[in-house]
This record gives sequence, structure tokens and C-alpha cells, in this order.
Amino acid sequence: MLIGNFKERYADDEALFRTPASRAGLWVLLAAALAFPFLAGDYLLYLANLVGIFTIAALGLNILTGYTGQISLGHAGFAGVGAYATAIAATRLGLPFWAAVPAGGLAACLAGAVVGMPSLRIKGLYLAIATLAAQVIFEWVFNNWTSVTGGIRGLNVEPASLFGFAFDTDRRTYFLVLGAATLLAFGAANLFRTRIGRAFIAVRDRDISAELMGIDLFRTKILSFMISSTYAGLAGGLWVYFAKVVTPESFPLSLSIQFLAMIIVGGLGSIKGTLFGAVFVTLVPEGLRAVVQSATTFAPDAMSWLAPMKDILFGAMIVGFLVFEPHGLAELWNRVRRFFWLWPFPK
Amino acid sequence: MDHFLQIAASGVVTGGIYALIAIGFVVVYKATGVINFATGELMMLGAFFGWTAMTVLGLPFAAALVVAALGAAGVGALVERVVLRPMLGQRPISIIMVTIGLSAVFKGIAQIAWGGEYRSFPPIFPRKPVELGPIILPSRQAWPFLIALAAIVALAAFFRFTRTGTAMRATADDQATAFGMGIDIRRVFSLSWVLAAVTAALAGVVVGIIGGISPQLGAVGLRIFPVVILGGLDSVGGALVGGILIGVLENLAGGYLDPLFPGAGIKEVAPFFALVLILMVRPWGLFGTREIERL
Repeated sequence: MLIGNFKERYADDEALFRTPASRAGLWVLLAAALAFPFLAGDYLLYLANLVGIFTIAALGLNILTGYTGQISLGHAGFAGVGAYATAIAATRLGLPFWAAVPAGGLAACLAGAVVGMPSLRIKGLYLAIATLAAQVIFEWVFNNWTSVTGGIRGLNVEPASLFGFAFDTDRRTYFLVLGAATLLAFGAANLFRTRIGRAFIAVRDRDISAELMGIDLFRTKILSFMISSTYAGLAGGLWVYFAKVVTPESFPLSLSIQFLAMIIVGGLGSIKGTLFGAVFVTLVPEGLRAVVQSATTFAPDAMSWLAPMKDILFGAMIVGFLVFEPHGLAELWNRVRRFFWLWPFPK
Repeated sequence: MDHFLQIAASGVVTGGIYALIAIGFVVVYKATGVINFATGELMMLGAFFGWTAMTVLGLPFAAALVVAALGAAGVGALVERVVLRPMLGQRPISIIMVTIGLSAVFKGIAQIAWGGEYRSFPPIFPRKPVELGPIILPSRQAWPFLIALAAIVALAAFFRFTRTGTAMRATADDQATAFGMGIDIRRVFSLSWVLAAVTAALAGVVVGIIGGISPQLGAVGLRIFPVVILGGLDSVGGALVGGILIGVLENLAGGYLDPLFPGAGIKEVAPFFALVLILMVRPWGLFGTREIERL
């Protein structure tokens, strides 16, 4: 049973880690993440990079949707803006990656500010539809502004390098992605201990009440859009250095939906949940692939069923979580943790 | 001028179909407050039901339409009862995501049941194009348009003249009062999903006749968002007007702008530019109710 965890100062109450155990848990997780590339094979590393990049984008979406209550169906579009800006900065302007990726973040930030503009007048379902339109328009621009985006052929980018160390394999890129994801996750967690972050939460809970308490609604919502799309843009920039190429079909509406699925499955308004969600939503289809692959021994054409089964599993996952576990994996985790805190007493 | 009329006329045809889908969408929104992202996939299922009835069971076209409608009605009722009823009153994000999840499930099921390949309906209508003065419409556009129109008229009559239709209108108007007057709200919810599924299925068959069917047919469903936003999310009349307007806009943009920017696909994206514009200027649409918030 968890005892002796008293909050005696305000600082304790505001601390990022409530108990020494949760701080220790994080160190263990980080150590495991650092050891991972020395133990895992190529395919697992590829997946780990994917998870890391998706985590960053989903963190951004969770800041906007989970913490500020504004729905975005356009986050793949923002990631695309970031990716293209990064690729252009790297190829046309010849910037090194540590400048090109933030440039992507900045471009996405501006795009987010523009798309967020209507959020003062329209909200909820209407805003979702507005961001849907933004996603469609972004995709169209990626496809058709050929002189800048290279059209469907896309843009090729050289691998990132730092002090002569080239991040040219998935194993090396992993450290880049891990570093960025860790930094940005801490950034997001700390954001909600600041005045701005608390304002986001107030707007989510009841925007009119928040306004009456002196929160400038327009500024807060736009700021949330900007921070959120910056995350997406940085994820897009990292994607460029991961895939070495950026094409329009990398950022479809279905990717936006996948980001939303991650934060629903993981838990709206939870940093930890975002990580759970990104891992879960990326790895479950891979698990399905493994199962189907092993089924080919007694059903040779099983692989042709993989794509539709992925669709069904993906949809069922979203519906299942929304109906049975609306607060996502983060809540599940908390329940398990509470059980051990209170053990041997029943909850 | 003839060129303009010709383009506008095929815009009206497309628009009539959009209007049919949009009406089902609006009925669900009015009754239950749910934005149905699975509309496109309901269309796709309906089209496959109709196609199966015609080619596999060898039924005549009219019977196939009935089969498509009944099949979709079953799906609609089931989905409402099992998935959407528990979600009533939840946050918008949950409601949007649950219908998106459903659409993924439908797409997967259709791919397993009917395969991923492209199919087309057997010829149904006389091949002779329909001529209206200077306008010539190919028969596989003109006849489906008439079907869509007939369905819209039937729906309007249902809402106007039947007891159930009146109950549905009353519920949409004021849920609490309707409940107090003894209207079974849960039945209305269920019925509105059935209606939405039936209109989607009819529209799906119509779209399938015009352009063939595949599990990707549901992508058309995205086009109804400009339509319902222009008309007003909670206005059935608005869905009709919005549908026609967006259909015409799309075809005009395609007819006049596409030659200027070859390969740019302006036809597909123009409605979404219109959508953004409407949301900026008049978010509640042409005929929608303006939401007033009170604390």
C-alpha cells in the first residue's frame, strides 16, 4: 500500500512526478529505450521510429483536442506542411537538419494559426468539418503545386548529419527520434503546469466560463492550434529524415484519423496516454500481420485478407474503446496502479 | 451558352444525388446530434446489396432497389442500437470518432464479402440519351437522377403527411416536449438511422450505376460536408438546395477552371474551398438555425 505520500507544499502538488516511484519508472523506461537499438532487429527499429514520430504528432493533437477541446481532422495536413517545409529548407536552402526540422515546425505553426482562425466563431462539430476541409485542401496543394512540392514524384532529402555523424540508417535515426520525442513529451507535460496550459484546460472545460474568468478565448485557441501544429510539423520534419523522401500520399486524411485514434485509444488529455496510444495503434496492425502470416500454413491465401481485416480491427478498436473504455489506456493504467497502491485492501 | 447549360445540367444531376444523401445525414443530425462520417460507407454497402440482388440473385432492378433499402435499413437499425445509443450525449470528438470507426469496419467487411475489385451494374435503362432543348443528358445520368428525385419527394411527403414523420419532426424541434407528448424518442432515433441508411443506400445504387462500385465508393461521402454546411446542418430543405448548388458549383469549376489548370482536379477541391468560405461568413449555413449559447 502506498503510504507516506503527503503533499506539504504547493510545489509538491504541482510536481511533474507525484511519487518517487513514478520518477524511477521514467528512468527505467528511458534506459530501456536507450538500450533498445542495441538489442532489436531492423524491422523493430523501423517500427520504433514510426512510433516515435507518431507519438510527437499525436502529442500535438492531444494538446489541441484532449486539452483544449478543439477537434482537428487536419493533423496529417499540418505534418505534411512541416515535412515539405523541412524538405524544401534542406534541399533548396541547403540548411542542416537541426535548422530544417524547426523550420518545418515553424511553417506548420503558421498553417495552424490560419486554420485555427475560424475556431472563435465555430466550434465542436463545425470546427471538425472546417479542419476536414483544410486537410482536403492541403492534400490538393501537395499534389498540385508541382513547382514547390514536386507533385506526386515528391522531394528527396539527404540523411541528417551532426558533426560528421550521419543518421543514415534506421538504427541511427532512432536516436534522433527518441531525443526529439523525449524533449517534446517533457515540453507538453510541463506546458500544462504553466498559465497557458491551464488556460487551455479551462477553455476545454467550458469556454464561456473561461472567458468570464479573463482568458482571451481567441488568443488561447489560436495558441493551442499553433503549438499543436508545431508538434505535427516537427513530426513531419523527422518523417522526412526517416523516409528520406516526402510524397503527397504520406499525409492522407486516414493518417489524421489514425492520430485521432491514437489519442482516443491512449486517453484524451493524457501525455502518458498519448505514448500508449501511439504504440498500441501502430503495433496492433503489425500483430495482426504476424498472426495472419502464421495462418498461411493452413490457409495459403490468408494474406489477401490482411488489408480488410486491418480496417475492421482499426474501426473496432476505436468503437470498442469509445464504448467500453472512453478514457483510454491511460485510465486502464491508472486503475491497475491504484490496485497496487491500495493492495491488500480492495478499492 | 449551350456549354454553360450543359455543364449546369449535369451539375444539377450530381447535386440531386448529393441532396438525397444530405437529407439522410441531416435527419440523423436533427434527431440525435450525430455527425455521421459513415454515410459514404452506408452508400457503398447499399450499392453492393443492390448489385448482389441484381447480378447474383437475378432480381429485376426495382426489386434490387428494395433489397438495397431493406439491407441498409437493417444495418442502420443495428448500428444505432448497438453502437450509437450508448454514445448519446457524449463529446463531439467521441461521436465523430465512433462513426469514423464504423466506416472503417464497413469498408473492411465489404472488402471481405465482395472483394476489392471494381464492378458495374448490368445495363438497366434505355440507352437513348435524354434531350431537354439544348441539353443532352446520357441516360445513365438522367434516370438515376429521377430515382433520386422520386426518393426526395417520397421523403418529403413522409415527413409532411404521416404520423411517424410528424413525430420525427416534433422530436427534432423539441425533444423534451415531444417526449412529454408521448412520442417514443428511442424509436425516433432508431427510425432516423434507418431513414439515413435507406437514403444512403438508394444514393449508393444511383452512384454505382453512374460510376461503378468498389469498396472505395464511400469516398464520395466526404462531399456531403460542403453540402450540409452550405444548406445548414439542421435543415432538410437546406440539404436539398445545398446539394444542387454544390453539384452545380463543382461542375462549373470543373468545366471552366480545369482546362486552365490541366490535371489539377479543381472539380474535387472546389466544394471544400466553398465550405471554408461559408464557415467564415455564415457558419450556420443558408437555412440552418443559428446557435445561441447560454450559460
